[in-house]
Amino acid sequence: MNDVESLADWIALACLLTGAFLCLTAGVGLLRFPDVLSRMHAGTKPQVMGVLLIMVGGAIRLSGWSATWMLLLVAVFQLITAPVNAHMVSRIAYRRGHVGRDSLFVDELGVAPRGAEVTAGEEGRRGDQPADAPIGDETEPQVDEDDGAGDQAVDEPAREPRG
Amino acid sequence: MTPVVALIFGMLGLGAVLAMIRLALGPSLLDRVVATDTILVIVTAGLAVHAAVNRDPTVVPVLVVVALLVFVGAISVARYVGGMLLRTGADVEELGVSPAAEQVQGHEGTERP
Amino acid sequence: MTVIDSPVRRLRLRLPLIVWLVLIWNLLWGTWSWANLITGLLVALTVTVVLPLPAVTGGGRLHPVAALYFLGHFLVNLIVSSAQVAWQTLRPSGIRQSAVLLVQLRTDSDLLLSVIAQTLTLVPGSMVMDLDRRRMTLGVHVLDVGDEADVERQRADVLATERRVVRAFGSAADIARLDQEPPRGHAAAPATTEPTR
Repeated sequence: MNDVESLADWIALACLLTGAFLCLTAGVGLLRFPDVLSRMHAGTKPQVMGVLLIMVGGAIRLSGWSATWMLLLVAVFQLITAPVNAHMVSRIAYRRGHVGRDSLFVDELGVAPRGAEVTAGEEGRRGDQPADAPIGDETEPQVDEDDGAGDQAVDEPAREPRG
Repeated sequence: MTPVVALIFGMLGLGAVLAMIRLALGPSLLDRVVATDTILVIVTAGLAVHAAVNRDPTVVPVLVVVALLVFVGAISVARYVGGMLLRTGADVEELGVSPAAEQVQGHEGTERP
Repeated sequence: MTVIDSPVRRLRLRLPLIVWLVLIWNLLWGTWSWANLITGLLVALTVTVVLPLPAVTGGGRLHPVAALYFLGHFLVNLIVSSAQVAWQTLRPSGIRQSAVLLVQLRTDSDLLLSVIAQTLTLVPGSMVMDLDRRRMTLGVHVLDVGDEADVERQRADVLATERRVVRAFGSAADIARLDQEPPRGHAAAPATTEPTR
C-alpha cells in the first residue's frame, strides 16, 4: 500500500485497522470466555462489525463496480447468515447442556414448570431431527419462522412416529 | 504504510491463531464449530484486506464463496450435533428447556385464527 | 398459512424472492446486462419451481421514517455494542456472569419476529436462543450481567428493539398491539396443555 494519498484511502485504512482489531478481540474472547454461548458472542462480533468495516475499506480501495457489488454481497450474506448460524448453534448448545449453569446469573428458560420438562425432552429431541429421519403422516413441511429467509429448505421438521 | 499493513495482518493472524488454540482445546464439538466459524471469518477478512491493500480484485469472488462456506459448514455441523442429541437420549436430564421453537415448529399455522 | 391455490397469487407472493435472486445473480456476475438479467430470471424461476419455499404471508408494510430511525439506531447500537464487547474481552477482569432471559413480546407475525430475532442476534452482547412462536416469547442470552438491574435493562432493550422494528415494518394492527399489556402469565402456562394439535 504505497499509494495512500487521498482522504478516502486514509478512511479505508482506518476501517481495515478497526476491522482487524475486532477480529483479534474475537480470538481473545474465544479463548477467555468461559462457555460456548459467551464464546459465540465473541464470534459474532467480527462476523458482523469487523467484516462490515473491512468490506467498506475494500470497497473504498478497489475501483470498479464489479468488486464493490461483490463486497456488498459478502456483507449482506454475512448479515443474513450470521444470526441463523448463531441461533442454531446456541440452541443446540443450550439443549446439550454445554452451558455453564453456574456462570448464568439467571436462567429463565430453565425455570419452566416441571411438566414442561418432560415434553421438552420429547419435543426437543424431535425438533432436532436430521433431515433423513422417517417422515410422519400428520403435517406438511412448514416454515421454521425464526430462521430467516434462506434456511427453510433444510429445516423441514421431519417427524418420527411416536412411541 | 508498510508497518500499518503489517499491523493489520498481524492482528488478523494472531486472532486466527487464538481461534485455532480454541479449536484444538475446545472441550465440545460446538466450541470447535464456533472456532472454525471465526477462523473462516478471519480468512475472509484477510483476503479482503489483501485485495484492498494491493488494489487487486481477483480474490473477491473467493470472498463470496468463503462467506457462504461459513454458513453451510456451521449449519451442517449444528444439525449433525442435533442428530446426535436425538440419538443418544442420554442427556434427557439436561434437556430441561422450554419446548419453545420445536413445539410450534411446523404446525402453528394450522392453529392460529 | 393456508394452502394457496391461485397461481397468480402464488406468483405474486414469490415475486420478491425472484427479484432478490435475480439481483444476487447480477451482483455475482458483477455487471448489469440483459444477458445476465435474462439468465438470472431463468435461474430464479428454476430455483423457485424446483425448490419451493413456503410463502411468507402477512408481510408488513414499510414506514420510511420509522425504518430509517430503526436502521440508524441499529447501526449506532452495533457500533456501541461492538466496542463494549471488545472491551469486555480485553479488560483484565473478564466478563461477569451472563444470563438467559425469557422476554414476552407483543408481536404476532412471522416476518416481524424474524426481523426482531435477527436484529438482536446481530448486535453483539445479545443472542436469540429460542423463539416460542405461540407464546411470543424469546429466549435471549445476554453477555455480562452483574445484577438484577442489568437484567431488567437488557429486557427493556429487547422490548425497545421490538418496538422499533414493529414501528418500522409492522402493519397498523401490529403497532396497535404494542401498546397493549402483554399477555401476562401466559408464558408460565404449563406446557402439558400444549400438544392440542
